[in-house]
Amino acid sequence: MTPPTLVDETPSPSPTDPERLKGLTSGGRGGRGDVVFRWVALLAGLFVLAILALIAYTTTHEAWPAFKLAGVKFVVGTTWDPVHNEYGALALIYGTILTSVIALILAVPVSIGIALFVNEAAPRRLRRPVVTVLDLLAAVPSVVYGLWGILVFAPWIQPLYQDVADACKGIPVLDSIFGGTASGPSYMTAGIILAIMIIPIVTSLSREVIATVPASQREAAYGMGATRWEMIRHAVLPWSRGGVVGAIMLGLGRAMGETIAVALVVGSAIQITSHVFLPGYSIAAIIANTFGSAEDVGRSALIGLGVVLFVMTILVNVAARSIVTRFDRRAQGA
Amino acid sequence: MSDLLVRGPSEPEPTEDQERRLLEVTIGRSRRVRNRLATVWMYASFVAVVIPLGFIVGYVVAKGLSVLSVDWFTKPLAIISSQPGGGMAPAIVGTLVITFWAAAMAVPLGVLGAVYLHEYGGKGRLARLIRFMSDVMTGVPSIVMGLFIYTIWTLRFGLSGFAGSLALGCLMLPIVIRSTEEMLRLVPDDLRMASYALGNRKWRTIITVVLPAALGGIVSGVMLAVARAAGETAPLLFLIGASRTVNWDAFTGPNSALSLQIFTNATTPFAAAQNRAWGAALTLVGLVFILTIIARVVAARFSLKHQ
Amino acid sequence: MTPDQTTAAQPTVDAPVTVTPAERVIEPTPSAEPAPVVFDVRDLNVYYGAFRAIRDANLQIHRNEVTAFIGPSGCGKSTMLRCFDRMNDLIEGARVEGSIRYHGVDLYGDKIDPVEVRKRIGMVFQKPNPFPKSIYDNIAFGPRLAGIKGDMHEIVERALRQAALWDEVKDRLKKSAIGLSGGQQQRLCIARAIAVAPEVILMDEPCSALDPIATARVEDLMQELKSRYTIVIVTHNMQQAARVSDRTAFFTTEVNETSDTRTGVLVEYDVTDKMFSNPTDERTENYVTGRFG
Repeated sequence: MTPPTLVDETPSPSPTDPERLKGLTSGGRGGRGDVVFRWVALLAGLFVLAILALIAYTTTHEAWPAFKLAGVKFVVGTTWDPVHNEYGALALIYGTILTSVIALILAVPVSIGIALFVNEAAPRRLRRPVVTVLDLLAAVPSVVYGLWGILVFAPWIQPLYQDVADACKGIPVLDSIFGGTASGPSYMTAGIILAIMIIPIVTSLSREVIATVPASQREAAYGMGATRWEMIRHAVLPWSRGGVVGAIMLGLGRAMGETIAVALVVGSAIQITSHVFLPGYSIAAIIANTFGSAEDVGRSALIGLGVVLFVMTILVNVAARSIVTRFDRRAQGA
Repeated sequence: MSDLLVRGPSEPEPTEDQERRLLEVTIGRSRRVRNRLATVWMYASFVAVVIPLGFIVGYVVAKGLSVLSVDWFTKPLAIISSQPGGGMAPAIVGTLVITFWAAAMAVPLGVLGAVYLHEYGGKGRLARLIRFMSDVMTGVPSIVMGLFIYTIWTLRFGLSGFAGSLALGCLMLPIVIRSTEEMLRLVPDDLRMASYALGNRKWRTIITVVLPAALGGIVSGVMLAVARAAGETAPLLFLIGASRTVNWDAFTGPNSALSLQIFTNATTPFAAAQNRAWGAALTLVGLVFILTIIARVVAARFSLKHQ
Repeated sequence: MTPDQTTAAQPTVDAPVTVTPAERVIEPTPSAEPAPVVFDVRDLNVYYGAFRAIRDANLQIHRNEVTAFIGPSGCGKSTMLRCFDRMNDLIEGARVEGSIRYHGVDLYGDKIDPVEVRKRIGMVFQKPNPFPKSIYDNIAFGPRLAGIKGDMHEIVERALRQAALWDEVKDRLKKSAIGLSGGQQQRLCIARAIAVAPEVILMDEPCSALDPIATARVEDLMQELKSRYTIVIVTHNMQQAARVSDRTAFFTTEVNETSDTRTGVLVEYDVTDKMFSNPTDERTENYVTGRFG
């Protein structure tokens, strides 16, 4: 191939051209930009630490009057009565946990089912629409869930609750869970709405985890003549177990912290009861509903409730993250 | 039956009869049944989420459309909640303004923080701590964030849209950090090396090569965070107060927001108020959906994998 | 050229070598005057942490020549190359002892700014790495950064012509560089390096990721470019070194018995013709005749 003729024939600079060597030692001037930029970026990162520390400090500080007043009873007492300055949050902690557990029981089978559906069973064409549906579900603001829940869902499902309650009358365990007078706004309704809300996040995390199962595992199962379900049960699920557990716990954390939807549909009644069709309350919901009209110690008490919730969600999130990272490390190292 | 058989690409399609007989011979009945049940479970799960989504969106659209009008977008809030009338202009403006300031604070901080984590911090102890705390921060309930800002800001400076922006910004910050860091990780090191070899400094490399390469993903992540923030209610409950009229100034005086309007109107027993709630819900959902869809489109079009 | 040199595959078996004192490199006396020296390397030792990657290297790179570094894998030739533009600095724990003088200036002196070094000494990598920008912006990137005055269009055209790429891309300068073929991308990277008017172009296995036709074009390009630039290339392909280079340096590894690691060592450095037809050192001869296996 004949080399192309070059357009310009400017001679190359002479090697002893002083311009070439000058400036090699300009050193500091340019490097300063790097130092400045690094510090700016570092400060931005430190913001996170600062904010978290501030949250922990200021909320505890504001809540202190209530903590001092109620002592340990703040966490174990069952009476929450701002009028008489009695602050026992057990019913609210119970409600937070109960609604979240109901949400998990309903959401986990569905989430895993969808995750498996998308990764294993769905025809290729359906994958994109399914993921879009999940994205849209995640995008709906929680207040809209609450609105629909209280104005449409709760009234609609109440007769169904009552039928179930009547059917369970007299049966030992079932009666104490599903019996009694059913209310539309209730623990159960809050649980159902929460379930719908956490399905997208549990599903997407589970999907990521399930996608890391190596093809060799699946092929090994199929090669031995397994049906698709058997392949899933023996190859996919054991492999992704850790990550899925992590995903579930993250969903739990989200459910515990969810405020507005629960505030609208849970029924706003402070009571510890095993009957899920009765109205109840959660920490976040009571703060949302009563903070506006609270004052002095009452306000401190609600902030104190916030601290309790903060601690609970942090514990769950930390546990979830450590499970997920432990799973990640194992999956990558394998 | 296709869920049971894994067929090779060149094998001919068996007839129904052949399939059935093949399966009866090779796979026992109970295994077949269990496999079928599992398939049903998977399909049913999908249906189980499509149905509520359909109902929710359906109701929001159906009930909300009836309230929408030109007045809706321009008039101030109704004074008498039991009567129809009035508009949502203050709430729409409020949502836009509050979300804007939240993003204005969270995005630069978040992107710079992610730059520190990926380009400078790497695996160091401080970087790991910041990453961990950032994850913890995503789990902070929005109501707690509201209480926090209430204590340090509202008690001192009173109710304002900006207080809401502070809370929303804090909620957005860890999300922006996380998604931006993911995007920076996707930028191949080759590109940084090429830039250094041309005599480019690290900070300029980040600004002229790395960030532009990751821009699509970063923008997409930011828009998703903004969509989340726009829909938040809890933190705004006791931070922004209530304003009847449009307030473009986030720093002075109380303000309003769509999400708050939905909440207060949903709990008001009058039909007119509840209709307003549906209308606000439609407006808010519309806004959020648009942001989400644009985010997905930007991500797909500018993804590093496609370039 | 010995007949054994037509083998296509390059096995990378290292003949076990015992530690010998560094060879004094023989500077040949060609008929013409030797070209002026650009890099003068004396007693260079390169460490990554405690691990010594190169031991006691001595050589000189001459102006307007193509110098090739060859040798089995792990012998330190890429490390050696990256010392010339201080790209080794970017690796944790990298350390240099001895000196590399660039026109008499010690490249690793206290006051030297590595970023300034890299503006004068360009590099092309094994895997083409154009920025995800337009072709035009890729080439203009360097000059814009350096604040080079002048007509940017002219600079871009000149660089692309010198890289033998202009005719192929002149109608689509605004299109993304990622859309080019592998060979075109590599020539783009060469043009990008040229655009800042460096004196030296370092190439680290520039053709390994390219098909034979693209490789041939890049090799032709090197011959074109050497009239303006000084080129140092690392290659694991002996035939390529024989084809394109004026001088060749052969590196190999020696085993450190105590620490069970391998250190790279410069065995012989000479005019290419002599290296391949009549090498002085036995190790060189073993390598270039493919006797390693």
